[in-house]
Amino acid sequence: MIEIKNLSKIFNTKSGQVVALKNVSATIENGDIFGIMGMSGAGKSTLLRCLCLLEQPTEGQILLDGKDVAHLKGKELLAAHRQMGVVFQGYNLLMQKTVAENVAFPLKLTAYDKVAVQKRVAELLELVGLADKAESYPSQLSGGQKQRVALARALASNPQVLLCDEPTSALDPLTTKSVLELLKDINKKLGVTIIIITHELSVVKSICNRMVVIDNSQFVEQGSTQAIFENPQSSMARLLLGKED
Amino acid sequence: MADFFAQYGDLLLEGTLETLYMTFIPTVIAYCIGLPMGVLLTTTKQGGIMQAPRFNAVFGWFVNLFRSIPFMILIFFVLPFTRLLVGTSIGATAANVPLAIAAAPFVARMVEQSLEEIDGGVIEAARCMGATNWQIITRVLLVESIPSLLRGLSITIITVFGYTAVTGAVGAGGLGNIAFRFGYQRYQTDVMYATVILVVILVCIIQSVCNLLAKKFDKRNR
Repeated sequence: MIEIKNLSKIFNTKSGQVVALKNVSATIENGDIFGIMGMSGAGKSTLLRCLCLLEQPTEGQILLDGKDVAHLKGKELLAAHRQMGVVFQGYNLLMQKTVAENVAFPLKLTAYDKVAVQKRVAELLELVGLADKAESYPSQLSGGQKQRVALARALASNPQVLLCDEPTSALDPLTTKSVLELLKDINKKLGVTIIIITHELSVVKSICNRMVVIDNSQFVEQGSTQAIFENPQSSMARLLLGKED
Repeated sequence: MADFFAQYGDLLLEGTLETLYMTFIPTVIAYCIGLPMGVLLTTTKQGGIMQAPRFNAVFGWFVNLFRSIPFMILIFFVLPFTRLLVGTSIGATAANVPLAIAAAPFVARMVEQSLEEIDGGVIEAARCMGATNWQIITRVLLVESIPSLLRGLSITIITVFGYTAVTGAVGAGGLGNIAFRFGYQRYQTDVMYATVILVVILVCIIQSVCNLLAKKFDKRNR
């Protein structure tokens, strides 16, 4: 379970303070596929960077099974990183490494058992349907395939949570559908909690069971996806759903 | 032609070998010093994985200081150090000292440039996987930039190669020395032309080999 508790992030810039997150709270249950939806500039990216521990919040906590991970340092931070897999919009694969080496990368950071690593990589590539591409390089793959590699890599260390930052924004509709199917499948098979940050309605609608709407640095609405889609309360949700003129 | 080679062949061969010696040894030493310097320049920058802007500014200034000293002056400037290190201040081995010192900050900037090309997202991805700074440097930065580093290597080798002509002119041997002695002091232009042709051929070979390696190691366009 992940609890986001009273999280705030304020950036000090030359032109003054910029509030990127204002006292946001949410609880994400184990096994959820949780959508965080908002327009550009709403604070989505900052929230993601806080969640994947690249950025420390100014205030508040991120509790992973009751333990605050938002303010860790050193070895504890490295260990916390390994409990979260992250998939990025731009894939961020190592271009000079093969698909198999990319997936093995997080494993090799800690493990030295070559055979075990190989076995795990084969398993993961099988899971994302790219077993035949193990020896290819990222430049030889399509966008959807690259995202599958990124997904396999993010899952390599058996994370509790999978964070997805606009995972399908660079993909065409058909590829988007197949990647979303895969995410759903992984959620079911591995029981991993998935958090998806996106501006695409269709993504949230098709796979998220719960969601929040973020607007102007705040969570303006949260609840089950179905309830929000049927009866949006906040003006931003109504706007996003096209229920407001 | 045959006469020419009979007379000067050995001299030119010796000069070529000396030039290559004065090119490759300083290049290797310069990389031993310059590569870590380049990594430090990149990683301590604002937003880098070990950001330390003040250190970066001072260190960058230090690198520029050495880059800005004209090579001819540097040779004389480091003479006492050269003598201390290799016991002599003349000959090809002595020339290696200023050559390496001049090339190291150059290498640092070349390496910095290569590492800068790496997409910040890839580095963040590695951080998200729990990679330490050392792992990011050795497994991401230096690996992802291999093709670019190899292209930088060719520029470095050719630059050092050019510098050897200067050390040659002040008595360190090599093709530069031959060109200077025969072409300038004795007006034997045929010998000088021969050295020029040799130099051009060597530069072409170095450039082609490096380009070939860079292409072979680059997995981005296949």
